[in-house]
Amino acid sequence: MADTMQFDLVSPERKLASGPAREVRIPGAEGDFTAMPDHAPLISTLRPGILTVVSPDATTDYVVTGGFAEVTADSVSVLAEEAHVSKDVTQDMVDKMVASARKVHAEAHPSVVDAAAKLLADMEALGSHMKL
Amino acid sequence: MANLKDLKNRIASVKSTRKITKAMQMVSAAKLRRAQEAAESGRPYAEQMNAVMAGLSASVRGSETAPRLLAGSGSDKVHLLVVMTAERGLCGGFNSSIVRLARQAASKLMAEGKTIKILTVGKKGREQLKREFGSFFISHVDLSDVKRVGYSDAQAIAGELITRFDAGEFDVATIFFNRFQSVISQIPTEQQVIPAAYESDVEVSTVYDYEPDEEEILADLLPRGVATQIFTALLENGASEQGARMSAMDNATRNAGEMIEKLTIIYNRSRQAAITTELIEIIAGAEAL
Repeated sequence: MADTMQFDLVSPERKLASGPAREVRIPGAEGDFTAMPDHAPLISTLRPGILTVVSPDATTDYVVTGGFAEVTADSVSVLAEEAHVSKDVTQDMVDKMVASARKVHAEAHPSVVDAAAKLLADMEALGSHMKL
Repeated sequence: MANLKDLKNRIASVKSTRKITKAMQMVSAAKLRRAQEAAESGRPYAEQMNAVMAGLSASVRGSETAPRLLAGSGSDKVHLLVVMTAERGLCGGFNSSIVRLARQAASKLMAEGKTIKILTVGKKGREQLKREFGSFFISHVDLSDVKRVGYSDAQAIAGELITRFDAGEFDVATIFFNRFQSVISQIPTEQQVIPAAYESDVEVSTVYDYEPDEEEILADLLPRGVATQIFTALLENGASEQGARMSAMDNATRNAGEMIEKLTIIYNRSRQAAITTELIEIIAGAEAL
């Protein structure tokens, strides 16, 4: 069994990270999960949260705001709408993200208000989780 | 002699034009490199997105509950043409080639009895289409304040498209832009974005588990897919614009150089002619004494 798998984190504007990883902890829309080598092929959407990548020589946290992840036996690709290295994220940025989620929630169409509320709650949880 | 002075002025003016075109060419070359880098760094995301979408849509297509963004609204009467051009001119045939393609498509659709609506991105296309198709304009996206096209710009355009689609304003949306091939060649391209047209002949090699289920994922991803396609188009367009401007300005600089050479020869000849005439007059005068 392979020890590591290929991990890629891309945003629409650039490739943020690429390299071998031992495990990737992913904030899936239906719950967090950890992908390790030889994971069954899976595509999942993401909720705002923290993505942790354990590579052979370091562990890195990324803050993602949404997108989706594609997991195969030997690779994990995360396509994030917006992603930052966790230690570069400031309280300001979190506030801004929460504020925009709040705005979306306030203006949301009745049919999507639940989704917007969930997004807002996830954003707020993310903010408190970061312990800035 | 007045003629000589005129020539001298003209040479000076062409020389300063050459300086300007040369500068513009160099600015475009620098911007082109940046635009190309942006286009390249956006590629992994777009490719991955398209691959996933192709797989997903192939498995959901045909199902009755497929999202409208994929299945379409069930008719194709009203077409929305999204014409993406530059905010500035002086870039050779860049804007005209997109406008020409859009115009052809519009005429063809009208001949088939379809209704068309036009959304313009970038000032130049709007100006060129105004006279003929002005009455079909429904909206305009101004990117003149945007220094560097970001994903959020594409998202805004996609958001507008999807809102209008959901409101039933159109059935099919097509974007028109220039695909960057090389500095001297940009290919005007039309691409249907709504309903999403992903290649369905992709052989799906892996069977994925989906979380949440396929249709929910699709409903979540389709708007992103539209935004990604528009973002790719904007980036390609940006690189094409700079490429087109660079080669246009290169040509202009070369033409100015040729013109300066010609004018200098004419200037030298007339100066020589003037001197000869003067000499003949002096000699003739001396002989008469």
